[in-house]
Amino acid sequence: MRGTWLPVWVLLSSLLPGLVIFLLPQDQRRTRTTLNLAAAVTKLGLTLFMAWGVFRGRHYETRLPFLPNADLVLRADTFSLLFILLSAVLWFVTTIYAVGYLEGTEHLSRFFGFFSLCVASTMGIALAGNLLTFFLFYEMLTLSTYPLVIHKGTPDALRAGNVYLRYTLTGATLLLAGVVLLYVLAGAVEFTERGALWGAVEHRTGLQVAFVLMIAGLGVKAALVPLHGWLPVAMVAPAPVSALLHAVAVVKAGAFGITRVIYDVYGVYLVHDLGVMRPLAVVAGITILYGSLRALQQGDLKRRLAYSTVSQVAYIVVGVSIFGTVSTIGGLVHLVHQGVMKITLFFCAGNFAEELHVHRVKDLRGVGRRMPLTMGAFTIAALGMIGIPPVAGFITKWYLGIGALEAKEPWLVGVLLMSSLLNAGYFLPILYAAWFQAPQQDWKPNPRRWEIGLSLLLPTLTTAALSLAMGLFAGWEFSPLSWTKLITEREFRP
Amino acid sequence: MTGAWALMAWPVIVPLLGAVLALLVGRDGVRIVAGVASIVTLVAVAVLAWKVATVGALHQDIGGWGAPLGIGWRADGLAVLMMLTVALVGSLISVNALDHLGNREDREYLPLWLFVWCALNALVMSADAFNLYVTLELTTLGAVALIVVRRDLPGLEAGLRYLLFALPGSLCYLLGISLLYGAYAALDMGLLAQRVQPGPVTWTAAALVTVGLCLKTPLFPLHVWLPPTYGGAPTPVTALLSALISKGSYYVLFRMWLEVFAPVLDAEVGQFLGVLGAAAVLWGSLLALSQSKLKQVVAYSSVAQIGYMFLVFPMATSGARSGAIYLVVSHAAAKASMFVAVGNIHQAVGITELGGVQGLAYRMPFTFLAMALGGISLIGIPPSGGFIAKWYLLNAAIQTHQWWWGGVLLVGSLLAAAYVFRILRGSFLPLPPGVEVRSIPLGNELAPLALALIALVLGLVPWFPLDLLAVGAAR
Repeated sequence: MRGTWLPVWVLLSSLLPGLVIFLLPQDQRRTRTTLNLAAAVTKLGLTLFMAWGVFRGRHYETRLPFLPNADLVLRADTFSLLFILLSAVLWFVTTIYAVGYLEGTEHLSRFFGFFSLCVASTMGIALAGNLLTFFLFYEMLTLSTYPLVIHKGTPDALRAGNVYLRYTLTGATLLLAGVVLLYVLAGAVEFTERGALWGAVEHRTGLQVAFVLMIAGLGVKAALVPLHGWLPVAMVAPAPVSALLHAVAVVKAGAFGITRVIYDVYGVYLVHDLGVMRPLAVVAGITILYGSLRALQQGDLKRRLAYSTVSQVAYIVVGVSIFGTVSTIGGLVHLVHQGVMKITLFFCAGNFAEELHVHRVKDLRGVGRRMPLTMGAFTIAALGMIGIPPVAGFITKWYLGIGALEAKEPWLVGVLLMSSLLNAGYFLPILYAAWFQAPQQDWKPNPRRWEIGLSLLLPTLTTAALSLAMGLFAGWEFSPLSWTKLITEREFRP
Repeated sequence: MTGAWALMAWPVIVPLLGAVLALLVGRDGVRIVAGVASIVTLVAVAVLAWKVATVGALHQDIGGWGAPLGIGWRADGLAVLMMLTVALVGSLISVNALDHLGNREDREYLPLWLFVWCALNALVMSADAFNLYVTLELTTLGAVALIVVRRDLPGLEAGLRYLLFALPGSLCYLLGISLLYGAYAALDMGLLAQRVQPGPVTWTAAALVTVGLCLKTPLFPLHVWLPPTYGGAPTPVTALLSALISKGSYYVLFRMWLEVFAPVLDAEVGQFLGVLGAAAVLWGSLLALSQSKLKQVVAYSSVAQIGYMFLVFPMATSGARSGAIYLVVSHAAAKASMFVAVGNIHQAVGITELGGVQGLAYRMPFTFLAMALGGISLIGIPPSGGFIAKWYLLNAAIQTHQWWWGGVLLVGSLLAAAYVFRILRGSFLPLPPGVEVRSIPLGNELAPLALALIALVLGLVPWFPLDLLAVGAAR
């Protein structure tokens, strides 16, 4: 295998199986599952191989001719690998989960086909080497997630799909306007560590306008207030989709894009110089508080988690939009930490719904007795979200807090503390009720060996264990934290 | 030189011979004759395109009538790109058409289509203004005959309406070029471009030519004939009209404006066309959004898409030209795909209302995939030819500091998204009880998909058509 084609193989490892899955008849259950898992394993292998290569200083880049003044570039750098590895790992567990969750329902080939396309788009977003390539896959992601959002085919789901499209397509339009403006100002800018726009600094206003347009466009997917409206509505989708939308694909694509624009297109020094960084941090700060406040008001578990996502993704944005290495590390590492913790929470919510038909927070009383393992996983992830050590979320908040002080933005520490209080406010009552209160109804004991099917339980436990491990072993050479330190070092090297 | 002459002649002569022969052979042989003629024409066009791509633009005088008077042919990158589009898109539409029309209509549809094909090929190669007029007229007459091929009342009304608008259009154009000939004693486009001077005669001629061609294309507010005509014609014919035939008059306008008139006219005139184009984008999209019949949604979308193509006139950079022509080509594939898909739906459930698509995504997956891919290109979402066009036009808008055209493009694509997804989303609902879905031949389901894939591929390997387009292009 030639190294230069590796990024393409990573992309194809979910694109091709996706296309084959579309053509499978509904009753080919075994073939479909095998194909899904084989693809997920292949991708995991390829990405690990690539990560190892990048760690040892190899470069992987594929360049395809596209337009006369802009190539399609797929390239693996340290930052793309952070996102790719997250997606590859979480896709693998989500596939197992989805196979179990959707068993016996209709239109499975369509579901898993779009599911694979969605992951392929995420891979493309992660590997994109310039804005045009990024935009192509960003749009592909919108298109491939839409059928997942409306998968159930109910009027509710269709309405949610409308809202989703209205937001994301408007966002994409703004993004496109910004991208084109930047192309006219500076030519085909490629993603480079420390940014590539120094040549165009004379167009100060133009650069500012392009920045605002692009961030607004990306902010829709990253669910920055007030562009977040689609996210809670999209909750009608099946649980594995919510997990994927919230933890990996959509919101992260937004946050990842914002980071790319700040660090690898403009360069953090230039963004700082243009004076557009602080406003972004303020918007993200508002989003953190607003999301948490709204989460507190939700009675539906999935909606509560959705608003929590609004708040938590803004941590990433706040981290990367404060000038300083420490906060950047905090923001970037949260990309991974939030992903793993949030997917755990959604898996748990799915388990409760599937096994006990519990959707409301108030019905969770005593659920810990009936489903201790799931509730255990939920507890770990929830504590992580609040920021209690040694779960991964603590690491994030620690770095963000120190980073805020280092950058002389003390107001942010206040925001973080407030947010942690609010996090505690909407998670702790759940934990208390689930573990210490008596169930309000008699759930039938499960005749099986485990509290729920293994294909639903194992992914949940795996990601919960990962959330814990990423916090406990944050100092390890290959931990997400160490990897983000490596990225940050390169971005800030003068 | 004779080699070049033959290369350029085959794509015109073969479909003409095919048309005549198909008329003569009668019921049994018509499909075979038409099939053979189509394949030979496809090959001839491909060979010519390959020659132009590798050697450069070809030029040939015909029958000893050289410039300034005479009849000249020219095959540059733009011309062969148009010919390739006509060949591929037209053939796929016609494959699908056979099953929609009865036996008797087949016998007339196929020769007529070959005739129109011949006329379009001759049109895009014409190097002089009068020859453009003749070929444009031939296209129009062929189109009218195609519209009425079914001889039912809606078809006859549609044909008459088309004729009533197309004829004054032709007359205006003819008057315009007569003025030009009187003033500059030239019809050859190259010579005209050298000789044309600013002045009342040129202005009048430009106005007449522009109005005539806008009427035929049609550009807002002259579009009033389009929706009822497209609605009344048989669906495959509507596909031909929207995808290819309307592009013939746009092509003439494109050549006349950008090669002859634009240098001698004030910039405001280009702006005026741009404003009409912008109005077409917004008005057409809004009307598409408010239609209740499936075919009408797609038809009004054409009004809007044609509007985009007129944004090239105020910008007129080489990037904007690439964008406009790219839109012509990808719109041909995408819109043909959508019309053919609409025809399939009509054939399968017999419902023409927008709500009639409910649940069909499961029964006619290829048709709806085609509809979705075609729609994506109309909206301008990557990967699709529509996106490449939008990219170029947006770039040109910002480069020429006319960002408002960019705003029109972006708003237009959001509106397009609204009407495209209005069609698509219903198809995901469960199939309502009591609806019988007749099965349609697989070939009919695959034809729109192939068309949509052309629009997709245009977005995946845009460098090929763009390189071709650059061959012999006026800088």
